[in-house]
Amino acid sequence: MTSDRYEDAEGTKRAARLFDVRRVIGGLFVVYGVIVTLLGIFDSPAEINKAAGVRINLWMGLGMLVVGLLMLLWMWLSPAEAPSKAEPDEERAE
Amino acid sequence: MYMAAAGGGLRLDLDFFDYVILILYFATVLGVGFAARRSIKTSADFFLSGRSMPAWVTGLAFISANLGALEILGMAANGAQYGVLTVHYYWVGAVPAMVFLGIVMMPFYYGSKVHSVPEFLRRRFNRPTHLFNAVSFAVAQVLIAGVNLFALALILEALLGWPLWLAIVVGASIVLIYIGVGGLSSAIYNEVLQFFVIVAGLLPITIVGLVRVGGIDGLFDKVRSSSLGDAALHAWSNTGSSSDNPLGANWFGIIFGLGFVLSFGYWTTNFAEVQRALSAKDMNAARRTPIIGAFPKLFIPLITVIPGLIAVVTISGLGAPSGDLTYNNAIPLLMRELLPNGVLGVAVTGLLASFMAGMAANVSGFNTVFTYDIWQPYIRRNRSDGYYLRIGRYATIAGVVIGIGTAFIASGYNNIQNYIQALFSLFNAPLFATFIVGMFWKRMSAWAGFWSLVLGFLASLSLYLLYLGDVVHFNSDLEESFWGAGAAFVVAVVVAFAVTFFTPPKPENELQGLVYGMAGNNTSGAVILSSEKVWWRNPIVLGGLAVALAIVFYIPIW
Repeated sequence: MTSDRYEDAEGTKRAARLFDVRRVIGGLFVVYGVIVTLLGIFDSPAEINKAAGVRINLWMGLGMLVVGLLMLLWMWLSPAEAPSKAEPDEERAE
Repeated sequence: MYMAAAGGGLRLDLDFFDYVILILYFATVLGVGFAARRSIKTSADFFLSGRSMPAWVTGLAFISANLGALEILGMAANGAQYGVLTVHYYWVGAVPAMVFLGIVMMPFYYGSKVHSVPEFLRRRFNRPTHLFNAVSFAVAQVLIAGVNLFALALILEALLGWPLWLAIVVGASIVLIYIGVGGLSSAIYNEVLQFFVIVAGLLPITIVGLVRVGGIDGLFDKVRSSSLGDAALHAWSNTGSSSDNPLGANWFGIIFGLGFVLSFGYWTTNFAEVQRALSAKDMNAARRTPIIGAFPKLFIPLITVIPGLIAVVTISGLGAPSGDLTYNNAIPLLMRELLPNGVLGVAVTGLLASFMAGMAANVSGFNTVFTYDIWQPYIRRNRSDGYYLRIGRYATIAGVVIGIGTAFIASGYNNIQNYIQALFSLFNAPLFATFIVGMFWKRMSAWAGFWSLVLGFLASLSLYLLYLGDVVHFNSDLEESFWGAGAAFVVAVVVAFAVTFFTPPKPENELQGLVYGMAGNNTSGAVILSSEKVWWRNPIVLGGLAVALAIVFYIPIW
């Protein structure tokens, strides 16, 4: 999965897969999820009141954390394939 | 019930963590740009991502390229102004056309290996058609990128207190860097990321807003007793006459004008969209690109139209002709009223992300067409690939700079979305007519393509000018854009047939792969209908499902 893996002779062919976008989304959402969840845990009554009584930071934080982890899990379970012309129709990313 | 929105402007009170969230996002976007740079060896990598993307990536990028902030703010504004009739923009005005693009048109685009929509016109018709379309597309993209940028600057000034020039410089430089450096791969990857950030940023507005007004039932009750009234809660039942509903259009205008001409024109021929599908790794992935995009599109009213309605019933004085309480500010006003720090940072980030998504789509479409369709064939031919890659990077810079200059055209309009609609109706509707006749009628001659495009464009332009000059009257800007697009379409089709009878057809061997029934491989009926055995990878099954959902969604709000 590291970018080094594709930097061989054939690597330039499908070079757009040099890195996996799922890692970027997963990474950012995990970080956002942690920040917002922590904010949600320590939200003041005034802030909860502003959001019509919903602990929106807590819920959105946990939601983003889950989305981020699912992205990383998906990437881990079905890594992007090495560039190959043999099976153009295979889509392991799905 | 009403919130005190009159005083204090739109200024949001962002704290340290909100800025951390915002800065993390900018850093990620730039990181994606520089990471993508390492993969660019040829101009095809830069302009087409080397045709390597999986379908879910191109599908989300496809929808994200359309999910610019103008779209989001404009649709929330429409939601506040026209009520649930705004869903027509999604379920009639987008989903069917996206499915049509994937099922019927993509085999021609992807199968003919063209790198742009204008190039398809050059091969199907002739060079004048190509040049006319390439130049009008390039101009429109720069205009629209400018509109995006100006709107971004206005929002940043209003929300965060940044001066206009700073907002323009920051917004433009980030887009410039990540596209100029990383090309289409970077644009597409960032669009996928933007999609998630936009949704995460806007969803809290819908959730908190609905809780505040007592759920969907509470919302509808309050809208019924507001100035919008009951007519704003029915998508179809008041569309017998255009004066009975807030949208100011009847069912025929909605279905033919919006649902057919405007929407098919936009979704099937707008290169900024089609380019995402052309970067897909194979034919099936290319065909599924717009169809995969159709599924999120079905649900986007939840984060645009619903907040618009919430704003109508919670913000007193919304709908002022100018100032802070215009319809376009529905979402920013709700952000200020409802979101605590934390999700507020995500929402601001999502809004900025959507500005960049819109602008990046325009800029990356522009640099490709400028380089491949204007510079290479007409100005400097037969240079090295590296030369054109460099031109593409210069074109990116030029596009952004001119975009800044043209931004001010948009400033005179209260509802920017209508201005965009007017632009699209001028450019896209005749293009769609020319395409559809040319793809299915092999006799259509090269010059018929040119004249149908030009005269169709002139038809909608004249109607638009007559409307602006008060010679012709319509109930709304929107109704004008429906009729302008319709007129352009009809004129383009009539001209296509008329000119064909006076001009020689193209030789059949030049039409291989470009016209239905010619060169069986990609464009025969059998291939269009069946391509994939697994049902969830079959464009027909997925497309049918998307259209069926659109119909089902109408039932509760008929």
